[in-house]
Amino acid sequence: MDKNLKHKSNRVNSGIHFMLGNYAVVEGALAVGCNYFAGYPITPANEISELMSKRLPEVGGIFVQGEDELFSIYSIIGASLAGAKVMTATASAGFNYMQEGIGYASAVEAPCVIVDVQRCRGENFATQADVMQMRWGASGDYESIVLAPSTAQELFDFTILAFNLAEEFRNPVIVMSETTIALMRERVKIPEKESIEIYKRMYTSLTPEEYLPFKAKNNSPPEFAPIGEGYHNLYTLNYHNEDGTIDWDAQGYKKLYQRITGKIRENKDKICKTELCFLDDADVAIIAYGSEVRPALDAIEMARNDGIKIGMLKLITVWPIHENLIKDIAKNVGRIFAVEMNIGKYAREIERICLPFCPVSHITKNEGIIHTKEEIYKAIKEDLS
Amino acid sequence: MKEKINPLRKYIRNGKLPHFFCPGCGCGQILSYFLRAVDNLQLDFKKIVTIGGVGCTARIPIYLNTDSLHGVHGRTLAWATGIKLYRPDLKVVIFAGDGDLVSIGGNHFLHATRRNLDVTVIMVNNFNFAMTGGQVAPTTLFNSVTMTTPYGSKENTLDVCKLAVCAGATYVSRWSTAKPIQTIKAIKKALQHKGFSLIEILSQCPTNFGRYALKTSDTEEVLKWIENKSILKTKAKKLSEQELKDRFVLGEFIHKKRPVFQGTTFLKEEDN
Ligand SMILES: Cc1ncc(C[n+]2csc(CCOP(=O)(O)OP(=O)(O)O)c2C)c(N)n1
Ligand SMILES: [Mg+2]
Repeated sequence: MDKNLKHKSNRVNSGIHFMLGNYAVVEGALAVGCNYFAGYPITPANEISELMSKRLPEVGGIFVQGEDELFSIYSIIGASLAGAKVMTATASAGFNYMQEGIGYASAVEAPCVIVDVQRCRGENFATQADVMQMRWGASGDYESIVLAPSTAQELFDFTILAFNLAEEFRNPVIVMSETTIALMRERVKIPEKESIEIYKRMYTSLTPEEYLPFKAKNNSPPEFAPIGEGYHNLYTLNYHNEDGTIDWDAQGYKKLYQRITGKIRENKDKICKTELCFLDDADVAIIAYGSEVRPALDAIEMARNDGIKIGMLKLITVWPIHENLIKDIAKNVGRIFAVEMNIGKYAREIERICLPFCPVSHITKNEGIIHTKEEIYKAIKEDLS
Repeated sequence: MKEKINPLRKYIRNGKLPHFFCPGCGCGQILSYFLRAVDNLQLDFKKIVTIGGVGCTARIPIYLNTDSLHGVHGRTLAWATGIKLYRPDLKVVIFAGDGDLVSIGGNHFLHATRRNLDVTVIMVNNFNFAMTGGQVAPTTLFNSVTMTTPYGSKENTLDVCKLAVCAGATYVSRWSTAKPIQTIKAIKKALQHKGFSLIEILSQCPTNFGRYALKTSDTEEVLKWIENKSILKTKAKKLSEQELKDRFVLGEFIHKKRPVFQGTTFLKEEDN
């Protein structure tokens, strides 16, 4: 590495910290090897860019504040195709602008991590209103991977996970942050460098003459060859052949998108992560994600004190949805409560899966304020009486 | 008799031609001018990245045997920034339509020039949105009839070279497809320039611009129209603003040194 590089700090800040959620994202990204970041100012995501601008150069990376969120997303894609580990961060209004780039990154299979610190009412109010946009906000066929942290610790952990999934599946991965956790300070434990798992993108061992940029096994990403090494790859949004060139063949198009979506759909069991809370003896169950997990857990304690046998499925991976597991739970309980902070969006997805087996009640709130445990508890009580 | 193969064919992706440009379109010429410049300079083709957005012009890179990005309208300079900052050793060349560069991509253009991003932009000015069927563009002349200005365009024309100079580009010139020698020379200069270089190439689009604005789909007629309106910078100096209305000034507008953009990083030395 360049001798001018001033190594002022470590990539991995091992130890126990009292840390802002947004800073935990930065620490996670640095720990897993992020070396290119682009952002555009927006509250409540600013602390991510701010800390990145200081820390990233110190560990040998590159930071850019661009002219808008379109710049952010496309410049990280450019760097990613050149071999960098890349991230951008924004909040809802900026996330709108990134959709087109997410579509392009999905089509050319460029690994990248996007943090959306959801906000509403045009300000820093709490929400989970972008949950559907995270799945299919861009035009065209694709599948998303979206992770929902609920604590500052999880912002650190899931940012690492997001990079690893992005690199493994060559797909954009979205960290679904929220005002609630992004602007909260909490205990964050950063482990020793050696214990951090890092997935390395699969580079091709073929020569440029042998290599085809989009040739891959079924439901798998292709091997990677970075820009600038003589592989003369064409990365186009247009339907492309295995050799990258533009084509118009209907069956070929279908096959390409079967692979691009199949690598997520058919690897759900590997990608999806969840936590089961008090489900062993549960008669009814909450399904929640992100910061809503917190009041939901407290509400469970209240309800259990009343003798209600209630448990929770906490979704770490929001997309793809863990369909089989949700189905199994629905078969074993008398009712599901879908808890979320919006007009009831993910709840419909839960209904779609659960309704043949058990009723689903929506416990939703879209006021820009997180549920209190009492609100959730009351809603459960009312529903069960 | 032995079949003659164009020596520039080696630069074409998979050796595959023909291209999809309409008969008479200037894009094929520009592709060949670029290859002549590269060949002449003996540049390492492996270290060149070509980028196109969306449009007729934007398709030039899909025929080039380089690493290429293509297929999103207006974002070429954002892609280019990511690639160039991460791999400063690569030469990044953008082929952009007038619509791609200064309509939808106008904001990126303003800021990439301001930063003096070290890339070369070849903007093909065919005075319209060609690929979508001949609609008005920021470069269309006042009162021109296009598919979306049936009563004549009532918007002022953007002088992209002037804008680039004002915003901070460090090499800017304008030529036309009818001036191959000067154009190739300018591309060579731009490719050797460290900093933001822009070459605007006035180009004939007989299929759309010609038919709707000039009422002719004859390539030669469209070329003549461009040629008649063109004037060398040295001659233009002597004319008043009124006399230069709806004329295209050809020549080099700036060529200077300025530190290039690197992002916030300790990886590279502060140069120039
Ligand atoms: C986001 C988006 N908006 C609009 C289009 C439709 N579109 C395709 S090409 C083009 C303009 C092409 O004009 P120009 O950039 O001047 O290129 P030319 O075809 O004239 O070379 C437009 C608007 C698109 N592909 N994507
Ligand atoms: Mg055009």
